[in-house]
Amino acid sequence: MSLSTEVREYSGVTIVDMTGRITLGEESGQVRDTVRGLLENGATKIVLNLGGVTYIDSSGLGELVSAYTTSRNQGCEIKLLNVQAKVQDLLQITKLHTVFHCLTDETEAVTSF
Amino acid sequence: MTDCRKLRLSLESTLDSIDAAELIVQRLAELNGFNEDQVHQIGMGVRETVANAVKHGNAFNLAKRVSFDAAVDEVAFEVTVTDQGAGFEPEDIADPCEGDNLLRASGRGLLMMKAFFDEVEVGRCAGTGTRVRLVKYCAKGAS
Repeated sequence: MSLSTEVREYSGVTIVDMTGRITLGEESGQVRDTVRGLLENGATKIVLNLGGVTYIDSSGLGELVSAYTTSRNQGCEIKLLNVQAKVQDLLQITKLHTVFHCLTDETEAVTSF
Repeated sequence: MTDCRKLRLSLESTLDSIDAAELIVQRLAELNGFNEDQVHQIGMGVRETVANAVKHGNAFNLAKRVSFDAAVDEVAFEVTVTDQGAGFEPEDIADPCEGDNLLRASGRGLLMMKAFFDEVEVGRCAGTGTRVRLVKYCAKGAS
């Protein structure tokens, strides 16, 4: 299953709804290109909605970290929404739960910036 | 219970081989009674191992192959992946959970293998390349 992304705006926050897998190859590149495009368009608050993402490998995690650091360096903040259980396990294993702000409610995510 | 307990493959150094290896071991684990969580863990650990072999070991060189052996018995699920790359020293891999390494984009594969398998051995094979042996013990029904 490949990755699909849809971008929408909600109260000044850019929300990216993601569905599928984020793994080495095209899918990881898709995350990179999407975030890069948003930054080029001036986004400063981004929520990556991972509610439809059932699987991430180490390359996918690396791409999320790159998105986080690249955004931060450009004055943009990225938060994660609706992280699924197996992906949450990976964040714990890799201690990336200490890096990412993960939320489970979209309104809360939007108002948390 | 089926009789599907061993397989040996020679994989191309491509992204498709990573997906194929993951699907194959997941199916093998299912057929041999591993539960859903165990199947997921075996698939992820193998995915990381084959990805390392294809990407870092063989550097996507189509002239180089990845040897893949999997076997299941009453004791364990065992996978061995061997590439034809230059090899590496596991001690040289920085702890991805330590300090600034948390913000590095790579270096988490070995950590994930160790999280999902009970034993992970990394060594040089005769000649050249890296051999990774993964073992997950059968506690059927447990995660």
